[in-house]
Amino acid sequence: MTLLEVRDLVVEYGTVRAVDKVSFDVGRGEIFGVLGESGSGKTTLMTAITRLQRPPARIAGGTVAYRPADGTPVELVGCTPKQLRELRWERVAVVFQSAMSSLNPVMRVGTQFADAIRAHRSVKRAEAWDRAAELLELVGIPRDRVGSYPHELSGGMRQRAAIALSLACRPDLVVMDEPTTAVDVVMQRQILDNLKELQATFGFSVLFVTHDLSLLVELADRIMVMYAGRAVEIASAEDIYRDPQHPYTQGLRDSFPSLHGPRRELRGIGGAPPDLRHLPTGCAFEPRCPQRVDDCRETLPLLIERDRTQAACLLLDDRLEVRHAGSR
Amino acid sequence: MTRLLGTPFVQRIGFYLLAAWSAVTINFVLPRLMPGDPASAILFKMSELGPVSDQQEELVHRLFGGARGQSWWHEYVSYLNGILHLDFGRSISFYPATVSSVVKSGFLWTLLLVGSATVIAFVLGTSLGIVAGWRPGRAVDSVGSLVSIFLHSLPYFWVALILVYVFAFTLGWFPLSGGADIGVVPGFTPDFLNSAVRHAMLPAATIVLTSVSGWMIHMRNMMASVVNEDYVLLAQAKGLAGHRVVFSYAARNAVLPSISGFAVSIGMVVGGSLLTEMVFNYPGLGSLLNQAIVNVDYPLMQGLFLIISLTVLAANFVVDSLYVLIDPRTREAA
Repeated sequence: MTLLEVRDLVVEYGTVRAVDKVSFDVGRGEIFGVLGESGSGKTTLMTAITRLQRPPARIAGGTVAYRPADGTPVELVGCTPKQLRELRWERVAVVFQSAMSSLNPVMRVGTQFADAIRAHRSVKRAEAWDRAAELLELVGIPRDRVGSYPHELSGGMRQRAAIALSLACRPDLVVMDEPTTAVDVVMQRQILDNLKELQATFGFSVLFVTHDLSLLVELADRIMVMYAGRAVEIASAEDIYRDPQHPYTQGLRDSFPSLHGPRRELRGIGGAPPDLRHLPTGCAFEPRCPQRVDDCRETLPLLIERDRTQAACLLLDDRLEVRHAGSR
Repeated sequence: MTRLLGTPFVQRIGFYLLAAWSAVTINFVLPRLMPGDPASAILFKMSELGPVSDQQEELVHRLFGGARGQSWWHEYVSYLNGILHLDFGRSISFYPATVSSVVKSGFLWTLLLVGSATVIAFVLGTSLGIVAGWRPGRAVDSVGSLVSIFLHSLPYFWVALILVYVFAFTLGWFPLSGGADIGVVPGFTPDFLNSAVRHAMLPAATIVLTSVSGWMIHMRNMMASVVNEDYVLLAQAKGLAGHRVVFSYAARNAVLPSISGFAVSIGMVVGGSLLTEMVFNYPGLGSLLNQAIVNVDYPLMQGLFLIISLTVLAANFVVDSLYVLIDPRTREAA
């Protein structure tokens, strides 16, 4: 059962393509991870899906279909502002990278919950505040903190409050952009455990954007790996960890240690991410790829599906030899 | 009791009392530091205007020092006592009116004109700044910013002269000068209010026209940076109505620095808009100050300086206290 269906989404900043024809599905109740380094287009992708992109970012093509269980599908890219306002928070909520800056510093936490609730439900102020207190309790914050200002909460509390806020209207989908990068690892662990628990209770889907592969492998059901604005591999978390197909994913996997698995030698990925203004005609990863062949420079690899795994690499293309021969 | 003494509010009151005392004391010391003998000069001028009683002579010495063999300390105590009773002696340029009555009437005129003009300019400029800064770079912003920089660079006395020439002298829509028609008795009567408002129109327009752009540019820049904050984006993501995002999340936060600026300019109001009041011959504090200087009217000057410094302090105190209410981050942990 698909909840969100993204097809050929293109986002441009002027002439630069930050997201290039990305397609993927998020299932109902699924935690879908988007993995990429800085500049890979993962945050741009997230803001485009939620239609929160700001000029000069522009959706230049593609569709984002939202398929609620109880109604007709909605195409988000073509939505009017009014339609969007109704969908937001009620159906799709977001959690930003830094809770420090995503809560208004001069408003009480409760007010910021209440106005989200009251924008979508006709409830009294007191009732909305009650609901806010309940939500805070869900993430382990005492209910009396509902009257606090953000600066009176600790960093971890603020981040948990931001997650609680996203659940205020029981959304179907919560889009999270690196919600744990600003907190220490112990707090990160607590927050993620709490998130998994909440997700199991309420059954919402999560689109989780991060640069942290080890975190995603533990948290996500499926993972999409992005490189230079394109999806290079989409597979289950298990497969990404055990048997990555794309050389880039393999490089990422080999660059962090496993806690439980056998000891192996760690390796980084040589080189630097490409300049999006001057992308090569062929595979964007070709200059850094340890397994590159001649054809990689000229031919743009497309996602190829094999055993429920999609990867965009010429090495995985059975017809590679054929085309190789043909081009000579 | 000790806990109360430690609270920021009490500390703030203490600070402002200290500042007020300093202003009063400097006002006492300054004439005594002046070369020559201001008291004798004043007494000489007063004797030209009419007979000077012993009582008046004593008052002048109390305020400005001079030949009497009294100690400074003794003079200082009786000076403070006089101020508590609002006794600043008689004005020379408006002899025999007392300084306090002259200052009081000027104060009301200035409050009416410069006060309301400042409030209008602040509200108007800040609102325009919200509109321009919400979507920086759009037509409203580009045109608005250009016009406001143009207005900002106009000298305000020049604007005043142009307005007088066009609307009062050539077109005759508004009176040329003064605070109200001479025949009308001041008071809360429709006749007087009508006349006062008509007289205030042009000088107020001058002040608004030349100060509105400062507020606008300031607010526009704050707004343009606040709209990029994550909490504004999140407010949008929550599906809040557009006006709620603009006012409660963006403008609410962007206006905070402007409020401090507003406090300063409200304090400056009593200084009067010197040149504007002179061009329009408006009977406010600015004109009074000018006359006091031209006529070497030390008692009036002293009274004006005192009222100006005390009002600046009072305005700052009020806004300082309000600021704590609108920005919770400035509240110290109790």
